[in-house]
Amino acid sequence: MTARLTFRDITLGYDRHPAVHHLSGEVTQGTLLAVVGPNGAGKSTLFRGIVGILKPLAGQIGYGGITQRDIAYLPQSVDIDRSFPISVFDFVGTGLWRSTGMFGGLGRKARDQIAQALAAVGLNGFENRSIGTLSGGQMQRMLFARVLLQDADVIVLYEPFNAIDAKTTLDLIALVQRWHGEGRTVLAALHDMEMVRAHFPETLLLARGAVAWGPTPDVLTLDNLAEARRMCEAFDDTAGACAADHERSQAA
Amino acid sequence: MLYDALIAPFIDFEFMRRALAGVIALALGGAPIGVFLMLRRMSLVGDAMAHAILPGAAIGFLFSGLNLFAMTFGGLIAGFSVALLAGLVSRVTVIKEDASLAAFYLVSLAVGVTIVSMRGTNIDLLHVLFGNILALDDQTLLVIAFNATITLLVMAVIYRPLVIECVDPVFLRTVSRAGAPAHLAFLALVVINLVNGFHALGTLLAVGLMILPAGIARFWSRDITGMMVISVVSAMISGYGGLVLSFQTKVPSGPAVILVAAVLYIFSLFFGTVSGLLRQLFPGRHLEA
Repeated sequence: MTARLTFRDITLGYDRHPAVHHLSGEVTQGTLLAVVGPNGAGKSTLFRGIVGILKPLAGQIGYGGITQRDIAYLPQSVDIDRSFPISVFDFVGTGLWRSTGMFGGLGRKARDQIAQALAAVGLNGFENRSIGTLSGGQMQRMLFARVLLQDADVIVLYEPFNAIDAKTTLDLIALVQRWHGEGRTVLAALHDMEMVRAHFPETLLLARGAVAWGPTPDVLTLDNLAEARRMCEAFDDTAGACAADHERSQAA
Repeated sequence: MLYDALIAPFIDFEFMRRALAGVIALALGGAPIGVFLMLRRMSLVGDAMAHAILPGAAIGFLFSGLNLFAMTFGGLIAGFSVALLAGLVSRVTVIKEDASLAAFYLVSLAVGVTIVSMRGTNIDLLHVLFGNILALDDQTLLVIAFNATITLLVMAVIYRPLVIECVDPVFLRTVSRAGAPAHLAFLALVVINLVNGFHALGTLLAVGLMILPAGIARFWSRDITGMMVISVVSAMISGYGGLVLSFQTKVPSGPAVILVAAVLYIFSLFFGTVSGLLRQLFPGRHLEA
């Protein structure tokens, strides 16, 4: 199995304060990985690093033959300006950016693809609605439709089932399973441990660093979860420079 | 009678025809920019930028007197500097765009006022600061038309990334590097259109022909294409109406144009089909589904 994502001792953070601290590991192709951890564990930071919105403070992320542009990212819906007057069809259509770019038009084939993606998430008939009129669940379905269109090798989903009802969650989980079946690599940040146990074979328990990473039953033990909570110390304004880095720079 | 009031001024006087051509060009370039300013919640940015242009125009004036090219060039440099610096600071640091823009435009305005007052009072400068659409010469008209053309061309190029950057900037950053250049190009267009507007309406009112038509359009359309079309048309109507009003009364031309736009705005506020006040007061019975 080839490694799709390789974390080589990465530290990601803001203003020199690490949110993800010295994380190393590999995500092999075709993995369905849940990333869990308390609030502040660095899940969103890690994802922002993976998709290239945030540069690592230290370390490197290897992309095993793909580029950051081949990763589809499902963002938090708070990042989206829902008051902007754009139709569901046009919004989902932006998922075709890789083939259309800045100027390419939407041909008949592209229009069919968009219609199919909307049908796959159960949003037929919503094409001309503006995104501001969607409910939370419909919004999430729409974001999944865009990921579907991006047709990416690696799919990164940030808390995809937050505040979503059971029916919608089931529909969208089925989509995730489908991607997994197609051999795509899927990472999802999640809070619902029951769902992780039921649907995700592999789990990374994150608390700034990796507390545990492996098959889900081995990772989600009570001890590990307690350890994760303990490790999520607060952002310390007076923290000194990281000793591990210091040793390394002295060695170099 | 109606002919005398509405058409004859433009048949009889060349300066009125020039003015009409000027406002049509301003409307074509400025109104779509205004729509994006409004949708990005940057309506007041236009106003700030209008102030930021002042020192450039004043320096141009110092060097070459009342030469529109020099003043335009100076205004562009000042406006670009402030827009780029503010955009850069907000992208690199935690300071939001509005805050960094406020800081830079205040500095720019202070510098501008200092330059103007060191030179002493000058009626010509005031004249240009407040604009005079009835005195457009050939060169100025060409500059305005040129700027409007550039605006439409650049807008066509950056349209898609600009829209996506407004709706979902994070997504755009994951698929393309076009976001930042598109944003900066957009800020540049804001400056170009403000400089364009100050020939006709003055630095203080230039932003009016961008923002008011955008506000009008918001009351009549739910999609962005419709908004841009409506904003351009209402800007043209305001320009034409303002010229007629100014010709027939003693209202100066610049304020007349903006006042007509304001009347259209208030009308739209009450009667607009999208969230107009009357719509909200008498929404009709609720629907089945």
